[in-house]
Amino acid sequence: MGVKYKKYPNQPKSFTFTKENMKKIEAIIKKYPIGFQQSAVMPLLDLAQRQHDNWIPEPAMEEIARILDIPVIRVVEVATFYTMYNLAPVGKYHIQLCSTTPCMLCGAGDLLKTCKSKLGIGHGETTKDGKFTLTEVECLGACVNAPMAQINDDYYEDLTPEIFETVIESLSSGKDVPVGSQTGRKGSMAQLGPTSLEKEAKAAGIDMAPPPELKKKKGGK
Amino acid sequence: MPKLTIDGIEITVEQGTSILQAAEQLGIEIPRFCYHDRLSVPANCRMCLVEVEGAPKPVASCAQPCGNDMKVLTKSPKVVKARQGVMEFLLINHPLDCPICDQGGECDLQDQSVAYGYDRSRYAENKRAVKEKYLGPLIDTHMNRCIQCTRCIRFSEELGGVESLGLIGRGEVVEIAPYVEKMIESELSGNLIDVCPVGALVSRPYEFKARPWELRKTETIDVMDAVGSNIRVDSRGNEVLRVLPRLNEEINEEWIGDKTRFAYDGLKVQRLDRPYIRDGKKLREATWEEAFALIASKLEKIDGKQIGALVGDLAAMEEIKALKDLMNAWGSPHTDCLIDGAVFDAENAGGYLFNTNIADIEKADAILLVGTNPRWEAPMINLRIRKAALANRDLPIGVIGEQLDLNYKYEYLGAGADTLTGLRKSKSAFVKALKKAKNPVVILGAGALRRKDGKAIQQAVAQIAEEFKIIKKDWNGFNMLHTAASRIGALTLGFVPGRGGYNAAKMIEETKSGKIKALYLMGADDVNFKGLSKKAFVIYQGHHGDHGAIHADVILPGAAYTEKAGVYMNVEGRAQIARQAVFPPGEAREDWKILRALSDFTGSPLPYDNLQGLRAAMVTDHPELQDINVPMKVKWKGLGVPGKILKAGFETSIKNYYQTNVISRHSVTMAECTAEASGKTNKKVAANG
Repeated sequence: MGVKYKKYPNQPKSFTFTKENMKKIEAIIKKYPIGFQQSAVMPLLDLAQRQHDNWIPEPAMEEIARILDIPVIRVVEVATFYTMYNLAPVGKYHIQLCSTTPCMLCGAGDLLKTCKSKLGIGHGETTKDGKFTLTEVECLGACVNAPMAQINDDYYEDLTPEIFETVIESLSSGKDVPVGSQTGRKGSMAQLGPTSLEKEAKAAGIDMAPPPELKKKKGGK
Repeated sequence: MPKLTIDGIEITVEQGTSILQAAEQLGIEIPRFCYHDRLSVPANCRMCLVEVEGAPKPVASCAQPCGNDMKVLTKSPKVVKARQGVMEFLLINHPLDCPICDQGGECDLQDQSVAYGYDRSRYAENKRAVKEKYLGPLIDTHMNRCIQCTRCIRFSEELGGVESLGLIGRGEVVEIAPYVEKMIESELSGNLIDVCPVGALVSRPYEFKARPWELRKTETIDVMDAVGSNIRVDSRGNEVLRVLPRLNEEINEEWIGDKTRFAYDGLKVQRLDRPYIRDGKKLREATWEEAFALIASKLEKIDGKQIGALVGDLAAMEEIKALKDLMNAWGSPHTDCLIDGAVFDAENAGGYLFNTNIADIEKADAILLVGTNPRWEAPMINLRIRKAALANRDLPIGVIGEQLDLNYKYEYLGAGADTLTGLRKSKSAFVKALKKAKNPVVILGAGALRRKDGKAIQQAVAQIAEEFKIIKKDWNGFNMLHTAASRIGALTLGFVPGRGGYNAAKMIEETKSGKIKALYLMGADDVNFKGLSKKAFVIYQGHHGDHGAIHADVILPGAAYTEKAGVYMNVEGRAQIARQAVFPPGEAREDWKILRALSDFTGSPLPYDNLQGLRAAMVTDHPELQDINVPMKVKWKGLGVPGKILKAGFETSIKNYYQTNVISRHSVTMAECTAEASGKTNKKVAANG
């Protein structure tokens, strides 16, 4: 889903990477053959976003262009293409709520309403205290545990409006919330418990003894 | 060498040829928008879909290389259906404004929608709207019409060497945009208008002026630089409305510089449209008879040896020949075409020609630039150098002279004489590469020779060319780059000081002592007139009231390059015929005819009465002119041992690309570009968004 790029008006005047990040940048650039350093543009944009309150200002794009020795427009092209780069400030917690078919069928619409009632924000809006920003996104690849939302770097799965409300409340008050399935589901197992592979699998390749049936046959001789 | 059949016709092509190119070889037309044969292939418009037997889906023929035993169908129902689908998608967001679009009548999308478009739309939703972008005084944008073919991005990145445009956003909201909205800092930006297949990028000066079918198209030659780009002048009535490039693989391919394309509005301003005679301080209008009679009566009292003649930058060979003959008839040796004060060996053609053919620069494996800025002096030659640099990432390019903003990487060697003479001892990486190079090229800017020791510089460069084996049996890499369209023609015709003749500066100087009593300026404006005595009788023949006309006692109105038939010789010594597109304004006449008429009045009639006669006389005297459109091949003779070279660094001749001659100086468009380029403009510069 494309979002028309509009320059955020209050851009900082300058942007410099921290010393630690500069070290990381060096390491990242080294991954690519000499002369192809422009391939590092995506990890660098990510670093900039992490360093700069979860959004990338234009001076940061200019700085990246300078570091990689490419025109700024090439950085802007990449940054505006991918929705995970934020080009305007977002809240401390950036809720990316999936609303693609599986999540939608499992009640993503209710979660959207929860956001509206609980935080008073809709798609693309930020709460007044600057804590939460809601973005409706397309499939994040966790359909088995639908519905789900990504908050900053973590996935919160198996949400219901009630669970979602408590997650938001806990985050808001600074409490730790376990990531992953909120109903205690393990991995991608079925909702009513495992239907196969019910027992722990034996560690492979250790027990070399033949199965008991075979032994019996041998004994029958 | 894959062998395949396209529409049942068998063809064998070279490895790596795309299906589209192979089809083109067979004369089968495949529609396309994003594919351009001189740019990289992104395959994003999908218009060139063809059916390949065995392939599950139609394939984009521009990006699919030919394979052995391929069976390609370009007109099957499946292909037509696929293209119709693509066309329908393209037209979803394309506005239906052909009646008010400048591209109407010469639009790829319009033409192809006739073949593949439905006659009604199934799209009932809102069309998208895209904000216009500001790209400077030359290009106007209508971004709603853009179909995102990205040709403009690829042209400016690959050939223009300026990476200002990009594709911002994605999906439905994707748009072509610059990072900062300002003039595209390229002397080739006008070509973006040509590569745009729709009416998204259009010429700002030509906008809303005319429709392509009302224009008279004249194929002619450009005079804004000495490269002789092939152009097409489009005119309606007696007005030049636009200038477009014409294909010539050996010179300009299909591009032209911005000055060539946009300076034509200077042809409408400050024109000399009737003869003038000086009456005290003022010039008054006169008739041709009056003007000629006055000249005849003045020259009658003067000895022929006291007349000097200068030829300007835009003169065609016809009038130079006529003037030369007239000066001979008057018995004057004082003729000169090097009005800019350049000093070099004007007798030895090998020393002042661009001996490597322009197209051959792409073969160069080492390039040395001395006192030249090819980017401004000859954008078409610079483009070739850039192409060579693109093909070979490590192409060694060395620069002696000013440190310039060229659109390729180069090694700066130094500013002047010391670097030049020290080159053979230099241990720089460039010199090492130059020694090893098979096809080395040295380009000497004629602008660097505008000083007393010009000839010594020329000789020194020639000597280096010999020492570094830049000149070989089958390769001549010694080149001089001139900037005036008339220069090589005038030199070929021998319009240089004869025995005992003065050069341009000396002529002006000697007006004080009375050794030169009359001066004939044939469109000579860029002369240093300081020191010109008021006693001298100055005749100015030309098309613009500029520096030369101010000093004139008699003005004879001539024709500009679009208004006369003429032969121009480009830097390679390639004679090309320019044709007349429109008539000169008012009383103005073709220049050689003026000289022919004047010769009757002065009692020394020239021996030709028509253009054919004049050209025949030219060819008789200079047999090398017989071959039109072929570069002159001159055997290298050597230029001799160089004299002393002064310390000062070499300077390039052009300080402002947009205003270099009378026409471009009077062009409003070029003035706007100059202001914009120097930052003296009120136009808001804003980042995108």
